[in-house]
Formats: sequence, structure tokens, C-alpha cells
Amino acid sequence: MKRSLFILLLILILIPFKTLALIEVDITRGNLNPLPIAVSPLSIDENSRKNFEKILQKENIGSEISSVVEKNLKTSGLFNPLNKDAFLQAPDIANLKPRFEDWNLIKAQALITGKVNFVEEKLRVEFRLWDVLAGKEMMALAFTTVPNNWRRVGHIITDKVYERLTGEKGYFDTRIIYVAEEGPKTRRIKKLAIMDQDGANNKFLTLGNELVLTPRFNPTSQMVTYLSYFRNLPRVYLLDIETGMQEVVGDFPGMTFAPRFSPDGKKIIMSFAKDGNSDIYTMDLENRIVEKITNHPSIDTSPSFSPDGKYICFNSDRSGYQQIYIMNSDGSNVKRISFGKGLYGTPVWSPRGDLIAFTKLHKGKFYIGVMRTDGSGERLLTENFYQEAPSWSPNGRVLIFYRETETDDKGEGFSAKLWSIDLTGYNERLVDTPTDASDPSWSSLLSN
Amino acid sequence: MKKLRIRNIDQGAIMKLNKILKNTFLIAVACLALSACATSKKSTGQMQGDVYTGTDTVEYLASGVPDRVFFATNESVLTTASRETLRKQAAWLRKNSDITIVLEGHADERGTREYNLALGERRANAAKDYLMTYGISSNRISVLSYGKERPVDSGSNPLAWSKNRRSVTVKAN
Repeated sequence: MKRSLFILLLILILIPFKTLALIEVDITRGNLNPLPIAVSPLSIDENSRKNFEKILQKENIGSEISSVVEKNLKTSGLFNPLNKDAFLQAPDIANLKPRFEDWNLIKAQALITGKVNFVEEKLRVEFRLWDVLAGKEMMALAFTTVPNNWRRVGHIITDKVYERLTGEKGYFDTRIIYVAEEGPKTRRIKKLAIMDQDGANNKFLTLGNELVLTPRFNPTSQMVTYLSYFRNLPRVYLLDIETGMQEVVGDFPGMTFAPRFSPDGKKIIMSFAKDGNSDIYTMDLENRIVEKITNHPSIDTSPSFSPDGKYICFNSDRSGYQQIYIMNSDGSNVKRISFGKGLYGTPVWSPRGDLIAFTKLHKGKFYIGVMRTDGSGERLLTENFYQEAPSWSPNGRVLIFYRETETDDKGEGFSAKLWSIDLTGYNERLVDTPTDASDPSWSSLLSN
Repeated sequence: MKKLRIRNIDQGAIMKLNKILKNTFLIAVACLALSACATSKKSTGQMQGDVYTGTDTVEYLASGVPDRVFFATNESVLTTASRETLRKQAAWLRKNSDITIVLEGHADERGTREYNLALGERRANAAKDYLMTYGISSNRISVLSYGKERPVDSGSNPLAWSKNRRSVTVKAN
């Protein structure tokens, strides 16, 4: 009796949502028909416009924010933002009550409207998402923040729209840390750099005096772990992005490399190489206790925790060649999971827990692919001359990685760039960076 | 006894064959590259298998003492030529007992960055172990892996890659 009442209640709760959600975007398949969406510029009154122009040097911050949203939606590959020239309704009127026939006429299925205000030195933004076919409001939210955060407001709006229409969390209010590269291939200068997910606000974090590699975000804070050749001693370091404080991780008498955080952000897992043998270690950042996880004469490297922290996937050549293995987080129960043709490297566990992304080398070509955690269902997403090091978007739907070009017969024309691709294998895109770039790592959502 | 010996030989041959099969692609590419070069640059004979045997990139620690040894793809085994080079280095180090060295291990660009760091370390240590068996104390030797970060040849071809798979002995003082 109680149970059926519960189910009835559940149905009552679900029904109104179900009838509202006429538009749905399926992100589990390659989306060849992105959803037509109209992003009406956020309306702004003249007084607010002038105030923001003074503070931010942007003529119309309302339009700027909606441009951020529009670009995000387009880049996702799931949405097709429509040309603003075709919009019939003025932004301020549309935000009050859209004339759905007008939006239907230009084939928009969803509509975003909104308003920007200058309130006590702050930026107040409200926005609404409309289902054009059903003629209904799907969502209405308002934020207040410091004016300088205006791009983040655009990203948060995109995250909310993405979540409402796909049923999954977005990945737009995030940052990418990566290695910026310059100079000839034989003497590359490398710096740590960070930027917003859409390439804005690029900032260099090191000067390039020493070689730096493989930065990775802490999933729970603004800390980064990376490899630095400071004083020609390759060691794993910790860097606080906010304060710029750096420290070496542990006291190892040799090279430490391939660092990553545990999902709770409390440990670093990495390789330590000594006497020609690389094994995997963890270090607890609170009590500094170091544990040896693998103990094998082969190369064991590129470790990555499962999101529940119970397992570790890693790269080992104990079979003779590079393959992917998983084990319990204490190092017990080691199992090889990659059995396809070729060499496998850089396994990295999806934040959803169900997949492991990897790099594969087969017959002189490099692939980025995914497999289930037992090694079944291997799927190669992209093939190239050289590419490696996938990193997951926080919702586990997109991978970012880097590609290097083949040089010509004079050894010239080398470049390294960041690329992203959907888990579906569609929507492959160059990620713009001011310099050459490699070793990308995607942050968690900055806001939730 | 005889049979056993034959079996050993067979196994060796089979292992070699396996390796050849595994490297078929690279070798095929190498052959193509070499035959293409043969007409223009005459660089034939600079690789044995896929180990570099030329001297284009080699520098000398002293007269007749080459500074580097080369490796096959994904390997850290010292070849006969590498061991000869390292014996010369050991003799030179014994004569100059105040000199300390860094062994810099490198990999080619055809591998993932992290694995290559480990592989470079393994290669430099193969050289270190050999120098130690010829009487050089381990406290005169340090090891530094660069993985694929510091190629000497920026080419994207098997000959360039063979020059980059190396361990270089560098004077530290």
C-alpha cells in the first residue's frame, strides 16, 4: 500500500516534467541534426549599459554574454544557434513574453532570453529558456555577481541550458590547464598555461626557464600537479593556481613523473623511476605518507584512479609491450584489460566511471579510443600521425587531447595543438590556443 | 645435450622472427626511406635493424671516445657496438678519475610522453650498469631521462627516430 502510494506520488511528480520536456537532446549518439536554438541578446537598459561600458569597456555587455552562450552551444555540436538577423522580436519584449509564432517561423525549437541590470555596482543577470513548440517556459534563473565575472555568467547559463535539455550536467564553466610550447622541435620551450574552456582568459603560469610537463587538476580545488625539470631534477610538483605557491611532492631519490590526483583530491598517484625500473606510488597530501602500489621490474606508469577511488588503471609493459591494466587501489588483483592489436598507453578513467580513455599505437598510427573498464567494447574515436593524452570533460562526454604534426623532409613544420572530440566520435574540433599546446587537463565544474 | 642446444637455437631464431614480424612495419618504412635516400643522400647503411649505426650526431668525450649509444624501438638492450662504445668510455673514465658524468636517456617521438620518460630512464640505466661492471663507481654517475623531449633530429622518419633513441654521456664537472 505504502509502496503504491509512493509510486503514485512519483508519477505525479514526473508527469508535469515529462509533458513540459518536449524538446530533448540525445547526447548518446552522434548528433547530425543539432537542435535549432535562438539566443536572443540579453536586454539591457541604457543606464546599466553605460555603467558596464565604463567598468568593462564593452559597449553592450548583454550581447557579449549571449555571444559566450551562443559560442558554447555551437561548440558542443548539439545545438545550432540561429542567425540573429532573422530574429523578429526585440530582446526586451521577447524576455517578457515571446511571440512563439515568430520564433517558430525561423525554425527555432528553443529560445533563450534574458535581462542584464546594474544593481549596487554588481551585475544582475536573469535568463529564461523557452520551449517554442510547446509555447512554454522551461526554466528561469537569476544571478548576481561582480561585473568582471561576466564570461562565467555566460558559461553558467550554458551549463543550465545544456543540463535542462540533455538531462546531464554541462562542462562550460570550467578551465583547461595545459603546456604552452614554443621554439624549434629539438629545443622546445614549455610553460604551464591556463585558460577558460572556450580559450578566453589565457594566462601563463611559469616562465619557461625549465621544462614542464603533464599538468593535472585536482578535481576538488584549484590545485595542479605537474612534472618540472627545475634544476635538472625531474620531480612531481604541486601548484596552487590562486597563490602561485609551488612545492615538490615527496622526497624521492630519482625521477617522479606521471602525477594525478585521487578523486577526493587528497592523494597524488605517480610513478617513481629508479635503476631502470618505474613503479607506481601514492602520497597522502595531509600526512605525507608514501605508499608503493606496484612492485614489478617492468615500467608501470600513467596511473589513474576510478571516480570511486577503489581502482587504479595504469600502463605497464610487463607483457613485453605497453598495455593497460587495472588493479585495486592497494595494488592487489592486477588484471590486464587491453588485448587488441598494437600498443596501449595513457589510460584515464571517465568521471562517470564506466569507460577508460586511452592512446593506442598501431601500424604507425596513433588513436584516441575508449573501452569499458573490463577491456570490452573498444572504440577508436580518431586516427592521426601522432596524438595522445586524452583528458575527460567533467561530465564524461568530451575528450580533449593533443596532436603533433609530421615534419617535412627538412625536419620543419612541427606543431602541437589541442583538439577535442565527443565520446560519440563526432564533433572533432581544434581548440584555439595563442601558442602551440600539449598535455591538456580539464578542470571540474567551477560552480555547481 | 645436442638436442637441447638445437632447441635453444630454434627458440632464439623464433624470438628473432617474432621481433622481425613485430617490427615489419617500421623496417618496411625504413627500407622505403633508405631506398628513397639511397639515390639522393647515400645514407644507406646508417641503421642495422632499426638501431642507428651512423656517426652524424655523435660527439666525442675524448679522441676516440664516442659520447652516445643507440637503441632499437622500445628496447633498452645494449648492442655489441654500444657495449664497445661504453668500454671506451669506461677506460677514459678510469684514466680521468675526477670526472663525473650524467647519462641522459632519450626516446623517439613515437610513444606516449609518460612511457617515454620511463623508457629514457631505463636506457640510461642500461648504460650505467654496463659502466659499473667496468669499474666505474655509481657515485660518479647520475641518470637523467628526457623521454621524447629533446630529439637531436627533428625529422619524422625512421632514420631520425633511430638517432633520437639514445643514451648520451655528458661530463658533469
